[in-house]
Amino acid sequence: MKEIIFSPWPWWVAGPAIAIVYLVLSYFGKSFGISATMRAACTVAGAGKRVPFFNFDWKSQIWNFIFVLGSVIGGFIAHEFMYLDTYAIDISQSTKEAASSLGLYSFEQGMFPIEVFNWDSLFTLKGFLVMIIGGFLIGFGSRYAGGCTSGHAISGLANLQLPSLIAVIGFFIGGLLVTFYVIPFVYTL
Amino acid sequence: MMKYLKYGLLGVVFGIVFTKAEIISWYRIYEMFRFESFHMYGIIGSAVVLSAIATFLIKRSSFNDLYGNPIVFSPKVMSVPRYLYGGIIFGMGWALVGACPGPLYIMVGNGVIVILVVILSAILGTYVYGLLRNKLPH
Repeated sequence: MKEIIFSPWPWWVAGPAIAIVYLVLSYFGKSFGISATMRAACTVAGAGKRVPFFNFDWKSQIWNFIFVLGSVIGGFIAHEFMYLDTYAIDISQSTKEAASSLGLYSFEQGMFPIEVFNWDSLFTLKGFLVMIIGGFLIGFGSRYAGGCTSGHAISGLANLQLPSLIAVIGFFIGGLLVTFYVIPFVYTL
Repeated sequence: MMKYLKYGLLGVVFGIVFTKAEIISWYRIYEMFRFESFHMYGIIGSAVVLSAIATFLIKRSSFNDLYGNPIVFSPKVMSVPRYLYGGIIFGMGWALVGACPGPLYIMVGNGVIVILVVILSAILGTYVYGLLRNKLPH
C-alpha cells in the first residue's frame, strides 16, 4: 500500500483517471476546459467593460475556479504527503542527456528545472523568455485556438471534433519547433 | 456554496493524479516532445480512447446529468486558421514553459510559487487575444 502511494503512478492509472474526471464533469453538466478560467479571470478584473470578448457572465465559471483551486490543493497534498524524501524522476536516459546539455540537472531531485524556475531567474533574459513570454503564448494561443490541452486534446478529441484534431496538430507543430529550435538556444542563455 | 464542493473535490483528485503521474513535470513534457518515452502518450491516448467510448455511449443513450438535463457535448465550429495558428502558438508556450494551464495551477500547490507569474502572464496573453480578436484570422 505504501509503495502505491509513494512511488510515481504509471500512465495506465493517470489516463483512465483523467477520463473519469472528464466524465464526472460531464455528468455535472460542465465541459472540461482549464484555460476558460483565464478568460473568466480577465472578466473578473473588469476587462468586459472595454473588450466585448470578456463581456460574459463569469459566474458561469465559478465551478471551474473551484475545480482549479481544488487542483492546487491536490498538488499540495501529493507534494507534502505522498512523496518520499529522495525523489528522482524516471525519465529516459536520452532525455536526461539532452537536459544536461541545457545545464539542467534537477531531474536528480524532483520534477521541475528549478535552475530556471526561480525568482532570481525571473529577472534574467532566460527567465523572462521562458516564464513571461512562455506564459503569454500559453494564454494567447489557448484562447485563439478556443481551448488548451483539456478542452481540445481530451474533451474535443473524445467528441471526435475535427477542429480539436487540427488544434492538437498545431500544439505539436509549435511544441516541436520550440523543443528542437528554441529551447537549445533560450535555455542555454 | 455546497453545490460547488464537488468540483473542489474533483479538482483535488485531478491535482493528485497530475502530480503523482508527473504530468506537471517539465521533464516529462520535454521528453514527450522529443518522443523519448511512451508515458505522456499513454496518458493522453488512454484518456482520449476511454472518454471517446464513454461519450459515444452517452450520446446513444438518453442518460441525463445530475440536474436531469440531457448531457450535451457541443460541437466546435469548423475553421482551419483559428485552430491551426492558435494551436501552434499555444504549443510553443506549452513546450517553452513545459506545462499547460492545468499543470501550471497544480505546480503552485507543489510549492513552485514563481509559476504564479507565468499564470499572470498567461492571463495577460488571454486579454491581448481578446483585444486583437477582430484583427486575427479565424
